[in-house]
Amino acid sequence: MAKLPGPLDIYPLLPGTNCEECGEKNCMAFATKMAEHTVKITDCTPLYAEAKYAKKLAKLDVLVRPPVREVVIGTGDNAAAIGGKLVLYRHDLRYSNETSFFVDIQDTLDNEGLSKRVKAIEDWTYVYIGQDLRLDGIALRGVSKDPQTFAKAAKHIAGIANFPIALCSLDPKMLATAANAIADKRPLLYAATMDTWAEVSEIATKHNLPLVAYAPGNLDDVATLVNTLRAVGVEDIVIDPGTASKAGLGTTVDNLTQLRRASTVNEVESLGYPILGSPISVWADHKEGEAPELTKWDEVLVASAQIVRYSDIIIIHSLDMWTNLPTTFLRSNIYTDPVKPVAVEAGFFKYGNAGPDSPVMYTTNFTLTFFTVESDIKQCNVDAWLLTVDTEGMSVQSAVAGRKLTADKVAETLVEYGVAEKINHRILISPGMAARISGETEESSGWTVKVGPKDSSGIPKYLQQGMWKEE
Amino acid sequence: MTADKDEKTTSLDDMFGDFAELILENVTIELDELRLAIRPMVQQAARSVGQSALAVPKSLITSKFEAPIGEYSSIIHEVTIGATKGEGGTRSSTLTIGGHTTPAWDLFQSVPKNPPVVSADVFDMKISLAKAVKMHYKEVLEDPAEWAKLCVNKYGADAITLHLISTDRLLKDTSPNDAAKVVEDVLQAVKVPILIGSAGDPVKDGPVLAKAAEVCEGENVLLCSATVDVYEEIAEAAKKYDHVVLSWTSLDINQQKELNRRLVDWLRPEQIVIDPTTAALGYGLEYAFTMMQRMRLGGLLGDNELQYPISSGTTNAWAAREAWMKAPELGPRELRGPIWESVTALALLLAGNDLFMMLHPAAIKTVHDLVNWLKEHRKVPEEDYHDWTSISIPEGV
Repeated sequence: MAKLPGPLDIYPLLPGTNCEECGEKNCMAFATKMAEHTVKITDCTPLYAEAKYAKKLAKLDVLVRPPVREVVIGTGDNAAAIGGKLVLYRHDLRYSNETSFFVDIQDTLDNEGLSKRVKAIEDWTYVYIGQDLRLDGIALRGVSKDPQTFAKAAKHIAGIANFPIALCSLDPKMLATAANAIADKRPLLYAATMDTWAEVSEIATKHNLPLVAYAPGNLDDVATLVNTLRAVGVEDIVIDPGTASKAGLGTTVDNLTQLRRASTVNEVESLGYPILGSPISVWADHKEGEAPELTKWDEVLVASAQIVRYSDIIIIHSLDMWTNLPTTFLRSNIYTDPVKPVAVEAGFFKYGNAGPDSPVMYTTNFTLTFFTVESDIKQCNVDAWLLTVDTEGMSVQSAVAGRKLTADKVAETLVEYGVAEKINHRILISPGMAARISGETEESSGWTVKVGPKDSSGIPKYLQQGMWKEE
Repeated sequence: MTADKDEKTTSLDDMFGDFAELILENVTIELDELRLAIRPMVQQAARSVGQSALAVPKSLITSKFEAPIGEYSSIIHEVTIGATKGEGGTRSSTLTIGGHTTPAWDLFQSVPKNPPVVSADVFDMKISLAKAVKMHYKEVLEDPAEWAKLCVNKYGADAITLHLISTDRLLKDTSPNDAAKVVEDVLQAVKVPILIGSAGDPVKDGPVLAKAAEVCEGENVLLCSATVDVYEEIAEAAKKYDHVVLSWTSLDINQQKELNRRLVDWLRPEQIVIDPTTAALGYGLEYAFTMMQRMRLGGLLGDNELQYPISSGTTNAWAAREAWMKAPELGPRELRGPIWESVTALALLLAGNDLFMMLHPAAIKTVHDLVNWLKEHRKVPEEDYHDWTSISIPEGV
């Protein structure tokens, strides 16, 4: 892995005045945080404000530049920042900037159709352990092959969309026309090829837009195209080494891996750009009238492989829940900071206005278990208590099987957190998956154990109906 | 230059706007050289300002990509499950996993010596299954031998995992001897290698697996699982009857190393497969993913306590409510469930998992497809890189 700069590399390039404008106690503290990538260089305002620091700033900029540069598509709050990767494996540090999902729109739709699709893309959402999963951008495809139609559609979408836009066509005239129409929205241009690089790079440099270098299936071509675009002054480059599905998936994954490894491990600066994947390619094999589910299935597989293997932006077509839940979940998982502990602190937690007569549930201290249960309790707006038992971060089912969740352990935890002193009743709701220890738990603790739902999604109904109070 | 006048110039303003104005400064190159690189209208403009021209290189800057080969000092052990007649068993074929010399699926470094395999779950008693799963097994839920046959003959499983869950004292408390009879039935019914799973009952697991090991002598089965709490009796039986052991821990790489260290007191390295626990997509998958990736890399870089092929209880994917919940707004359960198991498998496949214990036929098929697609660096024909920017996709799909 590339050597990331340490605090002592960074410190000499800071002003050294300990002005605290960044919010840190001194420049060394700021340098330490910069080395951990938890603050940004722009937080050091004097570096930018005072001319005498210009040299330091320039050096620092290069020093802390991530092996994979960050490219921003769009403007404002919804702009998509892609790339900015520091490492090859997530356990080396963490991945930054989740893979952006850009969903396609065909330029052949009328205004109403365009608006409808924009809304569907922007409204797609799912609540997952307290966070809203969402999609990120719109990929306008030049199906019409007519520059005016393409530009008109771009203009319409730019007028109504909050999401950033990618203009997608291999015809330079299409890109030039549409870029002219919506350049102020900072769209991503897709794409310059080995044949069109001269014309397309002019469009990108003229409007200062991010540009995709598309050279499918041949990494020498990728290097050639990227180096050429750099030479003509394109600054924000995104690399597309080509997406082939099915029998081509091995080559696709291999090329993505080689590219990312070259920039992060071998420190090939000239290839340190975000990578684009196009799971949407599977639709080329779809025949009208065919059941679309198989094509969608393939699209999910390609997208998933590319989320795991280093794609910073993917272009997809499917908008179904069953296709995009697994991919957005996977993205969320892979991009979780690996430092996040497997376990949360054990404890006795109160939700709503829980009092001495409110229900008492218990679960384990596996992070995901705890947050899932907590999110289910919060969603149903019922006052309740939750006791978390220290199972060394194991889920209920594993902890029961692995003897980390035992009747004695539950009884001990009840005593440890003084639950009996806070609660008038003596009814403890057990996870359904811990049913097998409920009898022993009654003996060890002296509490009456009611077996709750097997999956915590059943908690709202269980609590709302007061099932725990039933004889 | 005469070919430059073409009818499209009428809409130049629309197409390119003020494009022609910003380029032509301070740079002098021969117009001849530019012919290939710039469009007609630029050339026209260039002509109008005499000798000035574009600051673009006239042709591509040819570059080479150097494959980023890594250095790995060690090899993951190869483990074989099953034994043919010639080897003292009755299986028609065996399965070998591991043997890796580089990170998973880095085809530019090496193609996998032994591609991953799938073992289908079979239970020794009727259990509650998600609706989307049950519909494929409803005829065989009470007949493990028939269930195993269905998985092999119809769904293409490479092996069968027989879970002896009825031995649990809280379920049927089936005796080790009675459980072993079911094992013999399944060995009769199918000729693929067999994996035997215990119930997770700390008192029964040892005796149950020991008895199973005895009746399977010569078959080289995988005994699942040895844990930090229950391992001696299982390791002893594996040593005595020559079987392979699954070393199962709970998302803790140090515990995994510790258990492996203990097991080698009884077993040869070729008798150990490791399982760091599979958590479902959305519910802890990242822990399993990173554990597997770290174990594979650690093993390759010389940690001899991690140089074992890896197994996943991929069926755990069904613990995610999104996989089975009745919720029409999330799309049909018949698709949601198997795609959940498939994506869980795909992530772990890319992390370096070797043996998948799975449940849904469509997910089993998907893993087989993926392994076939991923295992070679095929030259992709140019036409297989589709111009997706211009394909027409039917509306409403």
